[in-house]
Parts: sequence; structure tokens; C-alpha cells
Amino acid sequence: MSEITPEVVAEHGISEDEYAKILEILDGRAPNLTELGIFSVMWSEHCSYKSSKKWLKTLPTEGPQVICGPGENAGIVDIGDGQAAIFKMESHNHPSYIEPYQGAATGVGGILRDVFTMGARPVCNLNALRFGSPDHPKTKHLVSGVVAGIGGYGNCVGVPTVGGECEFHPSYNGNILVNAMTVGIADQDKIFYSAAAGVGNPVVYVGSKTGRDGIHGATMASAEFSEDSEEKRPTVQVGDPFTEKLLIEACLELMATDMIVAIQDMGAAGLTSSSFEMASKGGMGVELDLDHVPQREENMTAYEMMLSESQERMLMVLKPGREEEARKIFEKWELDFAVVGHLTDTGHMVLKHKGETVADLPIDPLALASPEYDRPWERTPAPAPLDANDVPAPNDPMAALETLIGTPALASKRWIWEQYDHMVMGDTLGIGRPGGADSALVRIHGTKKGLAATSDCTPRYCKANPVEGGRQVVAEAWRNITATGAKPLAITDNMNFGNPEKPEIMGQFVGCIEGMREACTALDFPVVSGNVSLYNETNGQAILPTPTIGAVGLLDDYAKAVGIGFRGEGDAIILIGETAGHLGQSLYLRELHGREDGPPPPVDLALERKNGDLVRELILSGLANACHDLADGGLLVAVAEMAMGGGIGAEIDVPSGPVPAHAWLFGEDQARYLIATNDPDAVMAKALEADVSAARVGTTGGETLTLSSGEITAISALRQKNEDWMPNFMGAA
Amino acid sequence: MKSAVIVFPGSNCDRDAKVALEDVTGGEVVMQWHGDADMPDVDLIVVPGGFSYGDYLRCGAIAGNSPVMREVKKRADAGTPVIGICNGFQVLTEVGLLPGILMRNANLKFVCKDVHLSVETESSVFTGKYKKGQVIRIPVAHHDGNYFADENTMKALNDDDRIAFRYVSADGKRGNGANPNGSMDDIAGILNEKRNVLGMMPHPERLVDSALGGTDGRPMFEGLLAAVS
Repeated sequence: MSEITPEVVAEHGISEDEYAKILEILDGRAPNLTELGIFSVMWSEHCSYKSSKKWLKTLPTEGPQVICGPGENAGIVDIGDGQAAIFKMESHNHPSYIEPYQGAATGVGGILRDVFTMGARPVCNLNALRFGSPDHPKTKHLVSGVVAGIGGYGNCVGVPTVGGECEFHPSYNGNILVNAMTVGIADQDKIFYSAAAGVGNPVVYVGSKTGRDGIHGATMASAEFSEDSEEKRPTVQVGDPFTEKLLIEACLELMATDMIVAIQDMGAAGLTSSSFEMASKGGMGVELDLDHVPQREENMTAYEMMLSESQERMLMVLKPGREEEARKIFEKWELDFAVVGHLTDTGHMVLKHKGETVADLPIDPLALASPEYDRPWERTPAPAPLDANDVPAPNDPMAALETLIGTPALASKRWIWEQYDHMVMGDTLGIGRPGGADSALVRIHGTKKGLAATSDCTPRYCKANPVEGGRQVVAEAWRNITATGAKPLAITDNMNFGNPEKPEIMGQFVGCIEGMREACTALDFPVVSGNVSLYNETNGQAILPTPTIGAVGLLDDYAKAVGIGFRGEGDAIILIGETAGHLGQSLYLRELHGREDGPPPPVDLALERKNGDLVRELILSGLANACHDLADGGLLVAVAEMAMGGGIGAEIDVPSGPVPAHAWLFGEDQARYLIATNDPDAVMAKALEADVSAARVGTTGGETLTLSSGEITAISALRQKNEDWMPNFMGAA
Repeated sequence: MKSAVIVFPGSNCDRDAKVALEDVTGGEVVMQWHGDADMPDVDLIVVPGGFSYGDYLRCGAIAGNSPVMREVKKRADAGTPVIGICNGFQVLTEVGLLPGILMRNANLKFVCKDVHLSVETESSVFTGKYKKGQVIRIPVAHHDGNYFADENTMKALNDDDRIAFRYVSADGKRGNGANPNGSMDDIAGILNEKRNVLGMMPHPERLVDSALGGTDGRPMFEGLLAAVS
């Protein structure tokens, strides 16, 4: 076995301090290469959260609806009637940049496994994608590969991809973000956890065979990128969605019995991480005989088997004597099934290979004593205020609107979502298809209930003011759920940031967490699962801070949900919330004036709560025919989206008042919604009663969008601008 | 009315078909495992959508050689109505129950969206509840729906009124991008000579419930129910 030199230690991303700690844990003995590899992945940023743990701990994770918060494979919330929604979002950024198709595909595969490992049938997928500037030479290739990869995997597995977001910004030129989310549904009495128990119980490996792919993926995800990153292509795993589909069915069939003690998918750091976590959580030891691991390639070493990230594999602890019963299920589905070891009471992980002990590591010290850093951080300086009067008004607001909705930020992403099967499983609501409502809407199979799911983030706000941005990402996700009529339940957070060793980047992280904490608390919207992706930098250039929020809400009666499209002529359009005309960090400022300055819009969390609760009540009492929350691009963009969605136009009355017209039309003030109603008096009365600011701003009808100031544009023209950008950009790609 | 839905490893619209059949026909639906050639007597067999055997090698190729398909072929020859939807259509062409092949979509991309179809014939148990020339809206979701057949086959399909559905625009016209996959002659679905086997790329089982966005798929199953009872 090769000698452990300082160079070998460094190649494994282990610092001198960390190596000293390893020697301490091993009572002065130097680790062999297999053991060093195991330390390296277990203590990688990706697996250990060593830079982020201190701050993640400050997020609220509890509430009456929470069955299981962070720490397991995914978070679990109560959705009534003995059922639970299980969900999580996870990044696959670095692999997707190196090999977009397989990187994105295996990202979907990994997050699906996190959810069905816990006993849930996955019911929908979402994804949040961030690419570099459209004119960067790599962008088209990356978009094309990532979208095909997500579709190729999700479509084959047969789980609908129902929603998500896609943005472009030069800060992602060398470091795209691919964040994938899965939501599943389980019976509360059939939820499975990962804590191993029972000395002597068999440890069973199921799924695909182990190959040499993905070795050191977790370590790769924990370092900055450079020009030669593409040489890391061999560390990207290859996905097989057909095997995943079989694995889902086989696992769910096994889970319907009482044979499983504990189960864990083999994700990042593969067999190492799964066996360690199961043993560590259960306070057990484990002995594995690697000769029994199903292998795809010949002459694999213990090091390779322990660090492989081959996909579509699971590890489980079964009740003793049930192996043959379980084996039959996996044989039916033509999947590998192998007893690879058993639990012990030694507290050690012992690995045997070809008759020799190749590793002997104490589990608790390694898993629990992984490094935790309090990295130095600097608070992001507050941007100078920006007065709306200092931002030029457009000559023609309608021309500005047409430009805005044809920009990469706001253009229709139909080119993407038509490559995803968003209807398979037969529960995607007609109005809840992509673009139809502020959240995706799926029925809970066989019931009247529905789930709302969304993902959202506004990185430019987070960059300008991380605390305000952190509040906003949570509030925005909450609004997306609320605007369908659903009750927001909980979130999963996917924290994508640059290099945490730089104080200004760590400051962004700390700031965002602070804002998120306040918003989660104020909105009773706890974090139940999440993922951290740091070191998203290339050649020293960090991405915009991007804490992507995935959220889930519940509809007691899906028939009451509303979409964004206008549904009838002559409906009153009512604006809920207050408009100060905030143009700092707005899309209007960026896309029409090429400026990314000013503070982001302030978020008043009490107001968010009050306004949103009223909106939900209006929807559930049948008073709203359509609802859309106001976000990127402001009021006029929202009206245009509602008009395009329903194929019905509108007349908008631009008020004369202290707010300049262009700031009223394009400002991005928070806590606002537009509602279309055929009973405006009742809506205004309810708003008055709830002490919520509400104003009638227009009426639906016709085939054009008209402002009281005289400007007019046809919905068909808007639609063309909105739909054309992405197909034109992608061309024949 | 009793139906069977064939389940291959990798089928993923099998449950959707079952739910739609139960909803519309009210009858029993048997889930028939691919390895099991022992199928009960049924009034209808559905070969559902999905990615049978991962669609490795070629869409539907491996499923076409499974034990259950030998039995499906026997039943079809004896007159039992058989529908192949999406991947099921691909499987039916592989086993020779329907002529032609389904190639990769012309733009090489997977496509999932509602499309409009014109009903080209009323004379089958599948289309009897529609009107000839009626335009219906049904979703597609496939990567390989580009129907191709040789000249003689195309002539026979046309001459024998065996084209069941064609892709059209919402106002019933062919061309102008109405065809999502480049299929020959805008073909979306075809019948066999005995008119008891239908293969189609669109998914009628996905639109039998207004909550899901429409009910244009319902008449197909209502027609089958009327035909067998």
C-alpha cells in the first residue's frame, strides 16, 4: 500500500490540522490509503458542512407540522390523514458544469433516492437552474445538456418535472447551478430512517453494481474550480434512470413489509458515507466484507469501492433471517442484492477485502468529530439608496414591458419544460402545469388534497444586501405557495455560495442565513432539509450568493386552487399590498438601464404575513378567479403574465400620486399580489376588515393591454416577445 | 368490462391507464406482469407508456420479445381490442401487430405538451364515440414518435381508412408546426387491418378528468365500454 506522504494528504484535501486530528483519532497510528480516503470524503465540505454548520444550526426547524427536520435524507411534514410529504433540494453544480447531461441527470437521481429512501413515492420534481451570460460561448451547450439530462432521467423514471426556474447571469459563467428538488408522499406509519440497530443484523447492498465512476465526487464539490477542471470529467458519475425506476419499485415493495431496520441511499461518498451514517446514528459498529460488494469492474481496490459514487445503489439493515424474502423482491426486479456485512457492538468500522482487514476506524470520533469552523466573515456593506426619480422613465412603458418580458430573465422557459414530462402519474393539475400558477400543483393521489411546490431565489437581492435578500427568498417562496390558495408548510434550502474561506463570501452566507431565519420564524415556515454548496468560484470569481428555496404547501381541496391566468372578461383587478415604487436592484434597472445598483426592496415580514393570509382567504372563499404574486419586473409584468396566461387582456389605471408612473409600473416592492375577481366589493370589504392595503387597478377584457395613460399593446405581440427569446437563443441546439 | 394493463420493468404510465380505465369503465383492471404469460380473459388490453427495459437497444425492442407479448399477439389475433399508447405503440410495431416504426423526433428532443388531433375515422371500437373530423386535445410526451412506413404500407393505411388520428392545429389544419415529431403524413395513431389494434403516441389516459386540464380522452374509453357491453 502506498505511503502516506504530506503530498498524498494534501491531494485528499485534508489540511495539516485535520491530519493531526486524524492521528489523534487513530491513537497515533498513520492511516492507510483507504482510511485516508474515507477521512477525506467524510470531512469534505460536502459531507461535513464544516464551514456552514455553525450558522445552519440557527435556522428554525420545528413546528407542529414538522415530523422530521434536517439530519435525515430529507425533511418530513404532516399533510393530514396519516400522510406525510417528504422533500429536499440538492445541488449538482460542479458535475453539471463538467459533464452537463450526466451531471444534471445524476443530480435528479440522487435527490429522488433521498426521498424514496425514507419510504415515500416521489410525486414531483422541480429544478432551479442558473447559467452564465447567454452570450458566453459555453452557455448554450450547458443549457442544452443540463435540460436534456434532467429530462432524460426524470422522464424515464416516470416522476413528473412540474416546476422550477432558470436564470442567466455572468457570475455563473464558469460555475453553473443545478439544484434539483423531489417531493414524495408516504404514510406516516411507513417512514424509514437511517439509524442502524441490532448487533448481528445483516447489512445489505441493493441496486446497481459498483464501478470506478465518481471517485472523489464529494471532494470535488468542496474545492474551487479552475481552468483545468474539465480534467475532472472522470469523477462525474453516469446515471441509469431505468435502474432507478426499478429500485424505486423494489424498495417500495420491500418497505410495504416489516423487514427493514434502517435504510440509506449511497449518494455522495457512496458506501463510505452510507455505512458510516447508519452506524453512527445508531451508535453501532459495522463490519463489511468488500468481496461481496457487486462489482462492475475487475480488480477494484478497497479504496475504490469505498469512494465510488456509482449511482442507483442503496444500503440497508434488515431484520435477521429475512434476507431470502427480501432477495426475492430484488430478483423479481432484476437488481443486485448482496449481504455485505453485519452490525457489531465495537463502535468501529472494519473493512475486509480478500481475507485481510484493510481498514479499522472508530466511527463516532470520525463522524461526529468532523471539523467545524467558525470562519471569519465580513458584513456586506449596505448599498447607497436609490431614488426612483433618479431612474429615467421610459418613453413608452409598453415598449419597456415588451423588452422586459423578452429578456432572458423573464422570457418563457417553455423550451425547457416541454422537454420534461410534467404530467406522468396523472396528478398534475391542469392549472398547475409549468407557468400556469405561482406554484406547481399536484393532486395527492386518490384524495381531494393537493400539494403546491415551488423553488425560488433572487440572487441579485442577496448580493446587494444578504440579510434583506435572505428574508426575500423565503417570503417569495411563501408567496408563491400562498398565491395558489395553498397553506405554506415548510422549506428546503439549497445554499449556493462562493469560497467560504473569503470573509466577504462568508459574510454573504451569514447575512442570508440571518434574513432567512427571521422570515422562517415570522412566517411559520421552518427549514426541514437542505444542502450546502460552497466553493462555487472559478479563477477567483464567485457566483452571486444563491440560497435557493424549495417550498411545499397543502391544499385541502385542490378544486379551490387558482392559477395566474385571467379567467373572464370584466373582472376587477385588485392590487393587494403597498407600492412605494422601489427600483433598486429591479429588473427594470438592470435590463433597461444596464445597472445593478441600489438596495433590494425591503421586506416587512409582518406585512407579508398579513397580506398573504388575506390572499389565501380570498382564494379559498372563491373570491379570486386568478392570483399572481408581484416579483421580478413588478406590476406591469405581472399583469402581462396574467393576460398571456388566460388569453384575456386588461385596462390598467395608472394612479397619479407621489410614486412616479414608471416606478409604480416596474417597482419591485414586496408583499404584493394581484387578484382578478368578479366581486370587487367583497374583496375590498375583506381587505378593509383585515387592515390590508388594497386598490382596484384595472379591469380584464379584450385582446390588448391598455394603460390609462394611453399606451397599448396586443397580448399576441407580448406572447411572441415572451415565447421567442429562448427558442431563438437555443436555435437548433 | 374487464381490462388488463401490461407492466414491463420501466413502464411508467401503467397506473395512469389503470386509473383512467377504472374511472371511465367502472370495471376491473388487471395489472399484468411482463414475465407472466398467464393472462385472464379480458375485454381490453392496454400496452402503456413508459420506458420498457429503459428503452435500451431501441424503444420497445426488448419488451417486444417478452413472454407476455406473445400472449398479447395471440389475443389480438383472436379479436381482443388492444391499445398501445406511446411506448406501447412502439412495442406493438416491434411485435408486428402494427406496421411501420417510430423514429427519434425530428428535432431530436423529448416533447411534452398538449397537441390537437383530428379524428380520421369513426369506424373502430376506439374512435366510435368521436366524430370524423373532430378536433381533440390530448398530450404527447415522447422522444421517439416520428412515425415512418414504406410507400406500400402508407398506401394501405390510407386506402383502408386505418389512420386513426393526425396532428393538426387547434382549428383542424395540418402543417404549420402542428406535428410535434415529424411523423409521416402527420400520423398520430393507426389501426391494424382487423381494426382491433390501435397504436397512438398521444396519451388519451391523461385527459379523462377536467381537473387535469381536459376530458377529450374520455370518449375513447366510453366507446370501448359501449362496444363490449
